[in-house]
Amino acid sequence: MIYEELQRQIEQLRILSRNGLDLSEEIAQLEAKLAALKRQTVAPAPSPSPATELDDWERVKLARHPKRPYTLDYIKSLTEDFYELHGDRLYGDDAAIVTGLARFEGQTVVIVGTQKGRDATENVKRNFGMPHPEGYRKALRVMKLGERFGFPVITLIDTPGAYPGVGAEERNIGGALAQNIYELFHLKVPVIATIIGEGGSGGAIALAVGDRVLMLENAIYSVITPEGCAAILFRDATKAPEAARALRLTAPHLLRLGVIDEVIPEPPGGAHLEPEMTLGTLKEALQRHLCELLALPVELLLRQRREKFQKMGVYEEIPESSLS
Amino acid sequence: MAIFGKKYFKVELDRPERKDDETLWMKCKACGELVFKKRVRENNNICPKCGEYFFLTAPERIELLVDPGSFEDISRPIIAADPLQFTDEDGSAYPEKIKKAQEETGLANEIIIGQARIGGYPVILAVMDFRFIGGSMGSVMGEQICQAIRHAVKERAAFVLISATGGARMQEGILSLMQMAKTASARKMLAEAKLPFISIMTYPTTAGVEASIASLGDITLAEKGALIGFTGRRVIKQTIRQDLPEDFQTDRFAFEHGMVDNLVKREQLRDELIRVLSLFAPLLTQSPAVAIEAHKKEAIV
Repeated sequence: MIYEELQRQIEQLRILSRNGLDLSEEIAQLEAKLAALKRQTVAPAPSPSPATELDDWERVKLARHPKRPYTLDYIKSLTEDFYELHGDRLYGDDAAIVTGLARFEGQTVVIVGTQKGRDATENVKRNFGMPHPEGYRKALRVMKLGERFGFPVITLIDTPGAYPGVGAEERNIGGALAQNIYELFHLKVPVIATIIGEGGSGGAIALAVGDRVLMLENAIYSVITPEGCAAILFRDATKAPEAARALRLTAPHLLRLGVIDEVIPEPPGGAHLEPEMTLGTLKEALQRHLCELLALPVELLLRQRREKFQKMGVYEEIPESSLS
Repeated sequence: MAIFGKKYFKVELDRPERKDDETLWMKCKACGELVFKKRVRENNNICPKCGEYFFLTAPERIELLVDPGSFEDISRPIIAADPLQFTDEDGSAYPEKIKKAQEETGLANEIIIGQARIGGYPVILAVMDFRFIGGSMGSVMGEQICQAIRHAVKERAAFVLISATGGARMQEGILSLMQMAKTASARKMLAEAKLPFISIMTYPTTAGVEASIASLGDITLAEKGALIGFTGRRVIKQTIRQDLPEDFQTDRFAFEHGMVDNLVKREQLRDELIRVLSLFAPLLTQSPAVAIEAHKKEAIV
């Protein structure tokens, strides 16, 4: 509030000074105040507690915990005046992805998130948080809508993956994911992605090409589910705990690998035990990153987004002499 | 494996690379007939008896498509690292797997990128080799595809991607997933430079590659016999517990559902590419401004 008031005052003084009045000193004073205030809000979040002793498989279970806050819980708590939008205008509406406009700290934003159900009925509707192509196309439609008005995009990811079904394949799920990933690189507004629960493979990254990628402490993000990995590489789906450890799919690992930018700490035992705390911490982080990103010129924003992902990957350079 | 006097990017191996076994005959997996291997090779790896397609290695694929003598490997001298220190349950570490694949294929990586001409048109090719850990995409493939795109822009050449891949390289975990974003982010450079991207999907083009760079072509062709889809048949079957349509994820399925522009027989692929490339001809090798101007003038005259 104070922040906005200061900004308003500076703006007013600027308008006044256009009439020949010298207000540069006053403006400078207020700007200094504003900068100080910014520094306060930008103070780094407490580094995640060294709770990394938690086994990776334990974290997988926490990430999938049925009481964990879901996308709609975050939307309700972090934003005001959420207005949900439906349909991809091509085929249908997909309730596994929730999207719309909302106000976040006074700023209109686009929200996109995958949504799981709390009970059997809701899970039928939400398809256990596994979207179809129309879900991703709806998300892209609304993000582009937001782009036309300069609304930043906040995505919340909690999905086992895109739905493995006949209809999804018939409607080109692979193409829909590819298109989202591609278009996200050219969306001329800030994009902040947060992995809040399960970040399941292609279905997750199609919403996670962000200027910042945040991740809750007990969330997971992986190229394949531990069960899938165990079935394919270990030929035994019951070896999922081993696969979970091998895949390095938890937030501390991913931070080290440079795939995510920040870990959002959770209370001991998981986000569901004290949802208020997690929601508050995430809100602070989103606000801080959004503030930084909104200050960047669009060209720089897009270049940095591209460069961020261009750098991802680890390989070995080999000397020319070992080539034949 | 030197062809056309040029060498493919290889690494020095401790052991000599495995030679093709010396038998002269092979049994077709489709019709069961015994066929003469040399005849199969001469026939673009298609069964001379029943027309069944056998898969092509990346070098064979390149040989089939490019103008003789025009190919030059431009791969970056990189090979897979082991960022996750990944070990399969059978105890085989990822680096061992890589080494084995290198020995079996004689290639350094699962993808070859090179500069060539097809019907005289300049192209940058990126060709996957399914023999190399299922042609799966890890950090190396991601970087090589980006390298190919950068070269296409530099040389004002068309970018031709030929996919033969099961998807992401699981042994590189999240970093393999990130290659979907990395390759997609480079793709825009082609659009900005007004250079065509022709994506050719073969057997198989699935999962992480299908859901990223392979689906972002200006023109998308499927080779006859291709398998195209995101989730594997087996996983879908397990999930929905129903039988899948007979033609599920086949070339025909992809065409009927609007996923590809055309289906092309292997023996016609080169001619088809030349036809497509010719329509972009003015844009290749010249700067877009000059090319568009020249094209306009030609149209007016």
